[in-house]
Amino acid sequence: MINKIVASPAEAVADIFDGAVVMISGFGEAGSPIELIHALIDQGAKDLTVISNNTGSGHVGLAALIENRRVKKMICSFPRTANSKVFPELYKNGEIELELVPQGTLAERIRSGGAGIPAFYTPTSVGTPLADGKETREFNGRTYVLQHALEADFSLVKCKAADRYGNLIYNKTARNFGPIMCTAAKTAIVQTKQIVDLGRLDPEAVVTPGIFVSSVVEVADPAEESKLVADDRRYPW
Amino acid sequence: MVSKEEKIGWSVSDMARNVAADIPNGAYVNLGIGMPELVAGHVPEGREVIYHTENGLLGMGPAPAEGQEDPELINAGKKHVTAIPGACYFHHADSFTMIRGNHIDICVLGAFQVAGNGDLANWSTGAPGAIPAVGGAMDLVAGDIKIFVISKHTTKEGEPKVVKECTYPLTGKAVVDTIYTDLAIIDVKDDGLYVRELAPGVTFEYVQERTEAELKRNP
Repeated sequence: MINKIVASPAEAVADIFDGAVVMISGFGEAGSPIELIHALIDQGAKDLTVISNNTGSGHVGLAALIENRRVKKMICSFPRTANSKVFPELYKNGEIELELVPQGTLAERIRSGGAGIPAFYTPTSVGTPLADGKETREFNGRTYVLQHALEADFSLVKCKAADRYGNLIYNKTARNFGPIMCTAAKTAIVQTKQIVDLGRLDPEAVVTPGIFVSSVVEVADPAEESKLVADDRRYPW
Repeated sequence: MVSKEEKIGWSVSDMARNVAADIPNGAYVNLGIGMPELVAGHVPEGREVIYHTENGLLGMGPAPAEGQEDPELINAGKKHVTAIPGACYFHHADSFTMIRGNHIDICVLGAFQVAGNGDLANWSTGAPGAIPAVGGAMDLVAGDIKIFVISKHTTKEGEPKVVKECTYPLTGKAVVDTIYTDLAIIDVKDDGLYVRELAPGVTFEYVQERTEAELKRNP
């Protein structure tokens, strides 16, 4: 029997090793797998390279992973938001590396990584400082910049419902990077609000086919990052 | 540089109305964060426009009523929004396929500086020590989408924002199509900047004095 369901976030993240490349879904708090991130903090893996659009808020979730000095390098498009304090502080002190990538290029690098495409040319960032030192090439009289695919050892993703084959559906704009991150990691670990029986997800409406998913853990009542930040909570509690 | 003086020209709301007037029926439009968001409130009667937000929603509606906010339904500025009937959600690679692949028709953005050739600087002032953050700005201008800039004509200090050459780091080269300011509507053409319309009580010379790049009168 195929059964990708695991019992707890701790079990789900147990194999993440020091130095791993980890993709973390989410755009701000929408789609951020906060329980998996907290389990990763408890687990202790360090020297991680994290690929995520932002760097977290307050002192919980991704911001807490960074604050607990588990992240050596961030690859992201927008490393500061209204409530991000942790990353800017470490960055200013030279204690964390940053690779800044335009958001659409970040998405396409991840998509390519999952699709077996090692690199691609894109018009984004041509003529800007973010293209400095990168290979360019002309197609049809227009200049494009070479970008390399991103792959990860693990991805941590949040969704709305999953079955034991790992088929997933998402919730509204919390989908964002989840589907492509599932494809681009050797091991895609998903927290879901609900696990449903096989056949309950309409095959026409499945967003992430189970083939891209390694394990699924049910977190029926996930924390809301913005509420934790408003209450000035810190992880570990 | 021109010193502070009495307020003349269009209000921010007028500016948003000017932009909205140039968005045709049926257009798919991406609105940037801040002043561009106001454009949605000024769509002329009888036109239907569909708003895209790059974090994965086509058919973005207005802000929800208080108490109806959903933390998983937000826009690119991470503000709570709603989805209109007929809306759809998609992942980030598909969202930027809509942008880079020229499926979106118009993008309305703010700016730090626009140059006479349409170069745009709107993501970084290049200040030393600042945390660089780019988001989707460079992707939005990378394709052939029409780029409308909505911005005050000068900075708070009175410095021109329409310049000969951008001094801030570029977002994209020769990408801006039209500039909507409190003083004028300016079209960026291959041979320069053409003032299409002046705000009431504003003269061409008045706008030129506050513009570093050379302006041309519409033929």
